[in-house]
Amino acid sequence: MRFEIILSGFGGQGILFAGNLLALAGMYQGYQVSFLPVYGPEMRGGTCHCTVIISDREISSPLVKEPGYLIVLNLPSFFKFIPRLRSGGLAIVNSDLVERRETEEFHNLTMDKEILWLPLSSLAEQAGSPLALNMCAIGAFNGLLKLFSEKIFKKALREMLGKDKAHLFEVNRRAYLKGKSAIKNLKESI
Amino acid sequence: MSKPFDFPKCLKRNTFHYCPGCHHGIVHRLICEVIDELNLKDKTIGLASIGCSCFLYFYIDVDILEAPHGRACSVATGIKRMRPDLFVFTYQGDGDFSAIGLGDSIHAASRGEKITAIMINNTVYGMTGGQVSPTTLLYQKTTTTPLGRDPQREGYPLKVAEILATFEAVAFCARSAVNNPKRVKETKNYLKKAFKAQLENKGFSYVEILSSCPVNWRMDAVSANYHVDKLTEVYPLGIFKELPPKK
Amino acid sequence: MKSKRILVKGVEAIALGALAGGCNCYFGYPITPQNEIPELMSVELPKRGGVFLQAESETSAINMVLGASAVGARAMTSSSSPGISLMSEGFSYLIALELPCVIVNVMRGGPGLGGIEASQGDYFQAVKAPGHGDGKFLVLAPYSCNEAYELTAKAFELAEKYRNPVMILSDAILGQMKEPLTLKSPKIKTLEKDDWILSGAKDRPGRVIKSLFLDSAELAERNLKLKQKYQKMEVEIKFERLAEGSEELIIVAFGSMARICKEAVFNLRARGYPVGFFRPITLFPFPRKALCELAESHQKRKKFLVVELNCGQMVEDVASALCGKGDILSLAYPPSVLPFPEDIEREIIKCLNLSTSLNV
Repeated sequence: MRFEIILSGFGGQGILFAGNLLALAGMYQGYQVSFLPVYGPEMRGGTCHCTVIISDREISSPLVKEPGYLIVLNLPSFFKFIPRLRSGGLAIVNSDLVERRETEEFHNLTMDKEILWLPLSSLAEQAGSPLALNMCAIGAFNGLLKLFSEKIFKKALREMLGKDKAHLFEVNRRAYLKGKSAIKNLKESI
Repeated sequence: MSKPFDFPKCLKRNTFHYCPGCHHGIVHRLICEVIDELNLKDKTIGLASIGCSCFLYFYIDVDILEAPHGRACSVATGIKRMRPDLFVFTYQGDGDFSAIGLGDSIHAASRGEKITAIMINNTVYGMTGGQVSPTTLLYQKTTTTPLGRDPQREGYPLKVAEILATFEAVAFCARSAVNNPKRVKETKNYLKKAFKAQLENKGFSYVEILSSCPVNWRMDAVSANYHVDKLTEVYPLGIFKELPPKK
Repeated sequence: MKSKRILVKGVEAIALGALAGGCNCYFGYPITPQNEIPELMSVELPKRGGVFLQAESETSAINMVLGASAVGARAMTSSSSPGISLMSEGFSYLIALELPCVIVNVMRGGPGLGGIEASQGDYFQAVKAPGHGDGKFLVLAPYSCNEAYELTAKAFELAEKYRNPVMILSDAILGQMKEPLTLKSPKIKTLEKDDWILSGAKDRPGRVIKSLFLDSAELAERNLKLKQKYQKMEVEIKFERLAEGSEELIIVAFGSMARICKEAVFNLRARGYPVGFFRPITLFPFPRKALCELAESHQKRKKFLVVELNCGQMVEDVASALCGKGDILSLAYPPSVLPFPEDIEREIIKCLNLSTSLNV
């Protein structure tokens, strides 16, 4: 078993936080993991992405050319990474910032791939903070793949937030649950 | 009858390799006297630098480490931070301390490293043959300023003691010379104050000693000795900063 | 007992390894991509009674290391390529003065300011001439967080054993990626140093640590002594070999590049391609003998494809080690362009199909 995920969005959307959390939760679940961030200028406002691998075997290359999974939070990321998504791969796309009609003429990009459109920004606002859209994405992702338990998610989140940001725990957990139930509803409706 | 004057204990009985009329030997001796008087030999580390005085260890019988050119204050920092119980001094020339090593020197002083830096200022690079240094006097001829130091080209003499005296973390800062007996005594007094400032953990201490370089000044030993008086017109002697004793 | 696993960046693994190895002082100057090392040390060292100081330049930092080492500290600094160049005068002195210390280079792209992406462009600088003169470092190249931790801890022991600087040569990928690190307490020996360190001349004559030898016979003797020391270091040679010797082609790579290559080799072997993998862990001394043995095994002439994130450096050491016993091919990616395992696979297949080898 091996999951390769690229998460991508604007700097400030919490891409690195989400990727790091995914890897941490994967590790606590007992898997081998790797987390490769892009850093430098992209940390300061541009697009930002990271690669996470979760596997039950040793991970050699932390770099992935054609990931099986994508989490796409903005439009530039859609065009940058959807072409790299493996055929048969799955992408969770933030439909609040990536409008479907803007991508329709690139239909051939998505022909053999599954795209799940979720209004992650709106869901995050409903959960109590627009900044928590990254956790909505993680909730949706784990809701689909069930890589780690709720308990482990909470452990990883608590560790990631640390003492200084412990007060953000609840809103992030709510966002995670929002994402999780949204994906469930979506899958059921398909 | 008591002996008023003796050979310092930690001065080795080697013949100085310095040129006739050079002042390094006098300063070496003064350092040894002060180390003896303060009973510091057991815990002293000296930093030899690059220049005529890199053979410091031929003459002074304490633990000595040879620092790269200009880096003595940084090396001393590493030593003192690891072993605050040791007494650490650097012995550098004007080229080493104030040209290539000015960054290291200034920052060690500004951090208030508990070390003592001794700068022998003879206004030239002695070992390499008398080239211009930051402290060369205006219009002084050197092997790389054959027509004299031109302020439009080489700028003005760098007054290190005056600069360091403005630093909050500097505990003691003075300039002296050793070209007459009174000044020799005064220099020893400054060295003792500087060493004590370190021993009392007060901060960085610095003594600049104007020194002759007869060979590179193209003078005989006696004229060079008198010429040091001329240096004092640009580099005034005295204590520039002295923190009061700790309560 | 289950040992503790934590998720850390490669550079954090290096810092934690240093602490596990008994490092008690750190001097450095900020540079991307290794700032997590000084940041972590600035928190951890004071807690343990150690010394942390951010110097005003890399030049000063390495000289502070020099001073601390001379009084017996387990001293360390870290930097990235441009900063390492600034330190190189100090490196030469440390070697000459026979002072132990650990130096970490988290390589980034060059020359000049280059970039902050991964690179292996400082291979030659690290293994051939860290400074002026004939000096050498013992150079260790980890390829995972666990290895970075263990090798850095061990580096302190090796530095004292040989009284020589040891360099950890890493790069921005391994430095910035996170993976699980299993925290162990490595057994690191502490060596007796009282017979050479400076500690004040109490009940003994003054001791001198110097590198100036104006007498040419004395200097030659000094250099020969150092050379013998480098030869002794050969017992420390480490490498990873995933090859039976019957393969047609062996990939040779180190550090992060070796991870990408290993993936490619696994994928191809699963598909039946006759491909092996060889990874030097000590870059100096270089595992020449092990490579030769591999080349000569099964009496079968093999191709050696050397893959590097530079314009081709380690390939020269491989060629010199094999001395004609294999066909050498170079796959060099200049700094900042990272190949994926699929790209390497394609290149390997291309090389397998070559009837004659490329000359490098």
